Amino acid sequence: MTSYIPNIAFAVLFVVLVGLFTRNVRRIIRNIKLGKSANRLDQPKKRWLHMARIALGQSKMVRKPLSGALHVIVYVGFVVINIELLEIVLDGFLGTHRVFAPFLGSVYDALIFTFEIFAALVLISVFFFWTRRNIVRIKRFWKPEMKGWPKWDADIILYAEVVLMGLFLTMNASDYWLQTVAQNEHYILAGSFPVSQLLLPLFDGMTTQQVIGIERTTWWLHISGILLFLNYLYYSKHLHIILAFPNTYFAKLSPQGELSNMEEVTKEVALMLDPEADPYAAPPNDATPSTFGAADVTDLNWVQLMNAYSCTECGRCTDECPANQTGKLLSPRKIMMDTRDRLTEIGSYLNKGEEPNQNTLLDTYISREELWACTSCNACVEACPIAIDPLSIIMEMRRYLVMEQSAAPNELNVMMTNVENNGAPWPFNQQDRIAWREELIT
Amino acid sequence: MMTASTTNIPTMSELAAQGKQPEVLFWVGCAGSFDERAKKITKAFVKLLIKAEVSFAVLGPEESCTGDPAKRAGNEFLFQMQAMTNIEVLNGYEVKKIVTACPHCFNTLKNEYPGLGGSYEVMHHTQFLKQLLNEKKLKVEGGSFKGKRITFHDPCYLGRANNEYEAPRAVLSKLESELIEMKNCKAKGLCCGAGGAQMFKDAEPGNKEINIERTDQALATKPDIIAAGCPFCNTMMTDGVKNKEQEHKVAVMDIAELLEQAQDL
Repeated sequence: MTSYIPNIAFAVLFVVLVGLFTRNVRRIIRNIKLGKSANRLDQPKKRWLHMARIALGQSKMVRKPLSGALHVIVYVGFVVINIELLEIVLDGFLGTHRVFAPFLGSVYDALIFTFEIFAALVLISVFFFWTRRNIVRIKRFWKPEMKGWPKWDADIILYAEVVLMGLFLTMNASDYWLQTVAQNEHYILAGSFPVSQLLLPLFDGMTTQQVIGIERTTWWLHISGILLFLNYLYYSKHLHIILAFPNTYFAKLSPQGELSNMEEVTKEVALMLDPEADPYAAPPNDATPSTFGAADVTDLNWVQLMNAYSCTECGRCTDECPANQTGKLLSPRKIMMDTRDRLTEIGSYLNKGEEPNQNTLLDTYISREELWACTSCNACVEACPIAIDPLSIIMEMRRYLVMEQSAAPNELNVMMTNVENNGAPWPFNQQDRIAWREELIT
Repeated sequence: MMTASTTNIPTMSELAAQGKQPEVLFWVGCAGSFDERAKKITKAFVKLLIKAEVSFAVLGPEESCTGDPAKRAGNEFLFQMQAMTNIEVLNGYEVKKIVTACPHCFNTLKNEYPGLGGSYEVMHHTQFLKQLLNEKKLKVEGGSFKGKRITFHDPCYLGRANNEYEAPRAVLSKLESELIEMKNCKAKGLCCGAGGAQMFKDAEPGNKEINIERTDQALATKPDIIAAGCPFCNTMMTDGVKNKEQEHKVAVMDIAELLEQAQDL
């Protein structure tokens, strides 16, 4: 008797979990859109290449050879093994078993062979990752901002990968046992199992029914696990597996040293320098009162907010930061984590249809001391494997402090007064700018 | 050699009065104009320009801060006021090409002025010197730095900011000295601690000064000379070397100074 109960159960599971994921993706997009506009649609060819090189090609990831190589294995493994997901989902809906096998023949064997090899390589890499975090205790994984949830998050992801790969291999092993040892007619001879065949002794002495039980259980747990993990992304730093791609596509392409000129300031400066301008003229009607710089995430642009969701907290930025290296409070990774946390906080109010609370990114999350410790050296920007720009956020917040609050450190106020009065950061007379010529001649 | 005089170190206005236009404007920068240490770099570079018979001029009293430290401190108003004033002067003289010995001026003029109406071909002095050497307008003879151990500290605003790591090294390679790279160099070079307007304020509380950390990295190469390409890096590294009481053994010198001394001008 054919029962449709498993098919229906699968359809419900799939629709609910993919539906939840879709809702979360929409929330993330809604939150990112809270940012100001920024035109990053120019130069599409250059942008595709940038994405291909950095996200697809992992070019910055491999600058650290060991973690880079391990990451490439997990990344390729993830992409490759997900091809298998297509078959699993189809099997689930149709109630079939290894639906592709009859069509693909020896290609199918080769595919399963590849998945198995990668599953094993991923397990090995994840073991190394876990060891680096928890046994070797690499410094960047133990900085203050990594306490609590971020530490848990990182470990949970590794455990999830172990569980998923373990289920995948056990599922294959029981399938292989049913194909060859039991020669069960439902389990057609298909696939090549270089890794999971090593697990066959596990089933010694079991009945066919028991092994079918194991096969079915692991099959269900594996696909459920994947769908649950998909939903975990929303709560995790692990979103980078998706966002790394748009993040590199929409990244700043101009030289890293270029700090954007604020258009709203350009207009006012032009007015100030224009001798014809009427200082008492009413402002044009389209003038919207805007904040200079950023006090909260909604003052940042959407790319900066996407950056925050893309960050996977690897800490390479913080590792390279001269301020952090010399014991200052600033950590570029924390800047990104704070931006994300504040955006999530605002989002949680929006989810309930409420007005966000009065917290702000500045002061509630990021202290002034952190912001003033930055040397704008671009080491963090250079280090990020997926082209996140923490520096732009720091600068935007300094702009707020200086232009909205006049809250620069006093020494910087002195410097700026000098620039304003003498055209130099020091109190020298502009007429003496050429004094060196006299010294050289005489 | 040709001696320095107002005739061969003219200002733009002096040239304009004679109806002349130089090929390149030497943007001296605030440090190069006022800081006693950086003025030596300015003088060395000018001597090289004269030696290579480059048609150049300076703005003198008409030059003003590019606005870089104000911009990095967060004061976009002051930056754009400075920029607009400077652009008016530069465009007034129809300046096409600018060379500067300050990577901060270089970055601002090259990347941030075009959007405000000031587009010029901007070169860092190490790029310019490399070109003069390639064109054989400058030659290194004798090699007073032959065999010396030199390490080069990459300025952030030349290196990471503008992807120029090669020009200063190309100039250094002509000195027949031994270039020893620090563990953290080029794209991974550690900042000297002066950028982002830090030059003008005390550092936030921490456990070490950034310039001391960088000096430690430089001294680890056991150099005779720490070469720099930025007046602010120069100050920071010089202070670092003094702090480590190594100033009798290790000199901090700009690329232009090294070339000028090798030339024995």
